[in-house]
Amino acid sequence: MLKKKTKIVDKIINNVACPFCGLLCDDLVIQNKKETLKILKNHCPKAISGFEKQVPESFPKIAGKKSTLEDAIDKIFLVLKKSNSPLITGLGTDVNGMRAVMHLADKTGAVLDHMHGDALTRNTLVLQDLGWIMTTMSEIKNRADLIIFAGTDATKYQRFYERVIWNKQSMFTRQKNKLKLVYIGEKLNAKLGISPTGKKPNILNCKTEEIGEIISSLHAIITGAKIDVDNVAGIKTKKLEVLAEQMKSAKYGVIIWSPADLDMPHAELTIQSFCEVVKYLTRITRFAGFSLGGDDGSTTSSNVCAWQSGYPLRVNFNKGYPDYSPHHYSTYNVLKNKEVDALMWISSFSAAIKPPRASIPSIILAKPDIKLNFNPDVFIPIATPGVDHSGQLFRTDSVVSLPL
Amino acid sequence: MYIKLKNGVVYDPVHGINGEKRDIYIRDGLITRKPSSNIRINQTYDMKDKIIMSGAIDIHTHIGGGKVNIARMMLPEDHENDLVSKTPLTRSGCGNAAPSTLTTGYRYAEMGYTACFEPAMLPTNARQAHMEMADIPIVDKGAYAVLGSDDFLLRMLAKKNDQAAISDYVGWIINATQALGIKVVNPGGINAFKFNQRKLELDELNKHYGVSPRDILKALTRAVTELGIPHPLHVHGCNLGVPGNLKTTIDTINAAEGMRMHLTHIQFHSYGTEGDRKFSSGSGEIAEAVNKNPNISIDVGQILFGQTVTASGDSMLQYAGHWHAHPKKWVVMDIECDAGCGVVPFKYRDESFVNALQWCIGLEIFLLIDDPWRVFLTTDHPNGAPFTSYPHLIRLLMDRSFRNDILSTINKDAAAHSILSTIDREYSLYDIATMTRAGPAKSLGLKNRGHLGSGAIADITVYSNNKNKEKMFSKPDYVFKDGELVVRKGKVTKVKNGVTHTLRPEFDKSIEKTLNSYFEKYQTVSLENFKIDDDEIVEHGNGKIVIQPCM
Repeated sequence: MLKKKTKIVDKIINNVACPFCGLLCDDLVIQNKKETLKILKNHCPKAISGFEKQVPESFPKIAGKKSTLEDAIDKIFLVLKKSNSPLITGLGTDVNGMRAVMHLADKTGAVLDHMHGDALTRNTLVLQDLGWIMTTMSEIKNRADLIIFAGTDATKYQRFYERVIWNKQSMFTRQKNKLKLVYIGEKLNAKLGISPTGKKPNILNCKTEEIGEIISSLHAIITGAKIDVDNVAGIKTKKLEVLAEQMKSAKYGVIIWSPADLDMPHAELTIQSFCEVVKYLTRITRFAGFSLGGDDGSTTSSNVCAWQSGYPLRVNFNKGYPDYSPHHYSTYNVLKNKEVDALMWISSFSAAIKPPRASIPSIILAKPDIKLNFNPDVFIPIATPGVDHSGQLFRTDSVVSLPL
Repeated sequence: MYIKLKNGVVYDPVHGINGEKRDIYIRDGLITRKPSSNIRINQTYDMKDKIIMSGAIDIHTHIGGGKVNIARMMLPEDHENDLVSKTPLTRSGCGNAAPSTLTTGYRYAEMGYTACFEPAMLPTNARQAHMEMADIPIVDKGAYAVLGSDDFLLRMLAKKNDQAAISDYVGWIINATQALGIKVVNPGGINAFKFNQRKLELDELNKHYGVSPRDILKALTRAVTELGIPHPLHVHGCNLGVPGNLKTTIDTINAAEGMRMHLTHIQFHSYGTEGDRKFSSGSGEIAEAVNKNPNISIDVGQILFGQTVTASGDSMLQYAGHWHAHPKKWVVMDIECDAGCGVVPFKYRDESFVNALQWCIGLEIFLLIDDPWRVFLTTDHPNGAPFTSYPHLIRLLMDRSFRNDILSTINKDAAAHSILSTIDREYSLYDIATMTRAGPAKSLGLKNRGHLGSGAIADITVYSNNKNKEKMFSKPDYVFKDGELVVRKGKVTKVKNGVTHTLRPEFDKSIEKTLNSYFEKYQTVSLENFKIDDDEIVEHGNGKIVIQPCM
């Protein structure tokens, strides 16, 4: 068995990886005192609530009534056996959890989606249409001299700033006062973007729907085209020309977006504009994209799905082989279109996101503290990888994976 | 329990057995001597007139890790015509240029392969590579860790640290990433690309570090030698795909200064600049240099016509090649101050002068290098072609008239520029057994694989001889893995897990102090979590780890 770091009682454990967001910070110092965990170093609100919150006693239930684990599992077996086309979604789990899901989906002919499937799909569509130039956290930490936050302020990922933007040491000539930060979007909180010496970031306010237009205009300016209007989406063209010049003269620029924050129809077109300008800039300098997300094991589940089936998420195994359709096989669509006849929801990291309620047999595998407003056919409280047992997860950049 | 394979025609180059009628005995997963006559044979297979070789070994195939998974995700169209349904025995998946892991394992086994080695495991992505390989059933696995563009090594070279420290670092990397060897990809070039350099010649300096590819090759070759790593430094050289790179390749061979070096997918590094199109075959010079330098081994990286995807750690040259992407989409990544990657889909067309000549160049190299112990059969899957095209490639090597028939259908100018039609050589079954079994096992230091002698692991492939070698090698009659029958008539009959081959070279542990401080300052994971535990590989019924001895 893998070492279960946080399970070592009465010890202070170093280098614990935190599974509660896509950053997977792995420098947490955690004390386990009589099975009560306390983060001594390197915490954030998500980590505190994930590691320190006491979990209420909880039991498996069948139709709302307490049952044994064996009976609950038998009941799941019956539900899945009767089902012609189950949906397994949520997928808040680690690598081994996802391996088990893949095997089960293959056996039962299930549809697979993740609770953050919309966000995942926004990126995947761009990958499959255009491709991209991307970078990872350590490269940003050491190389980036211009960072553009597009449609996200990254405040959900608080330690991102501490770890790779205002990091005290970096390998190359990246001096803190030379690092330029830019925010483009709606109601972005740029507070964390103020440098330790008080230098304020450049903020371009616009609606989320207009970010693509601004980036495409910057792209046009960079190619040498003249913009014949004096403003684009309320931003003065002059201001865009200055930024375009900064982008061209950056040694290593990065555009950061968070697909979850681009919650609008056809967000992939906006992400595409980021990837297009990055590709163009790479003809003259170095530039790269970076996607912030990967919460609840979403990068993990999509990766495991890809290597075992050949496709990223939103796959249907009903025909006996993987059938990929990222629009068709969303949780929302298959439930709305009544294409599935049983629902299995898995969420082992967060109790905040609720399973969909559907008028088909429902199996809920979730954290003990989840509050449901209905009685599913089966409920089993499940452990959290990295807290209750060991595991492995992928970080948001889809390159680094860590032991939990 | 004893199994007897009776009356087969055996090809076992390690023991100089060239098509002799022999019986082979298997006991508890191992090949064993003929037992005394009072011992009961539990199962006998009549192999009369059948060809018996040890299981084939692919020394260079991109089967797992980040860039392969990017290729899978980026190219749903790659899988659409090759969807694989589940059976009572096997899982569903898909095939083609970027197949699913499960299908990869089944198909390799169904072609008679029993071990596959991932050549480009980035240390920061090693965990993913092992996870994917764990999900490749039946065959044994292993991987080479990529070094040479990692900032840690370049800092050491820039500071002129002594060789002992560099060797300690290389030893640490092998241990930490559970690798079987060390590969270098465009030495220092991936790093230089991050500083916006677009090419890097063998003696050109990285503009930040002032270190040249030659410096890197030298340091890594020495480290591999000093650590006693059986497989020589696995070199993907400078200037991949660039016309004229033949000179760089010859210079690289000379840079080895007599030390062992493996030059991988050398076809992509064997181009001249002669002729109107400034693109010509360098196979003659390359083969001559390889023939003259017994310290050099190569694999070819043959291209075959059709759609595939190129997946490489060489971000610099993958970026340069993205203009030829087909379909028009591609990925380049900078990775963790460690490495990079580029994934560019590509279609090799027989009517294209360049592609047709690449096809000729690969075959010329195969046929001009005298010693099959030093040339291994690869397509650099999937970069030259998917691994499923190996039987076709074997036929091209074994059947001159078939080769010339195809030669007559490709771009006429390319065919006219090639000496291929003048080469009479045909590979024998013995040569094929050497280049796909005995040679790779020897090169990797796998002493009990790649042969059929007593004590060898009973990884055995049995074919029905056929004039059409493509048919013969596509569908073995029997494949045994660790003595168990896993394939019959080209179809999987049993699914089991192969092992992961690793090394544990000794090194001075005090290097961890320097590394720890580097990780804390500049990396975004901790040193402890960077290392991959044995448990992570073997848990949940995945195959065991086999630690191969160092030299």
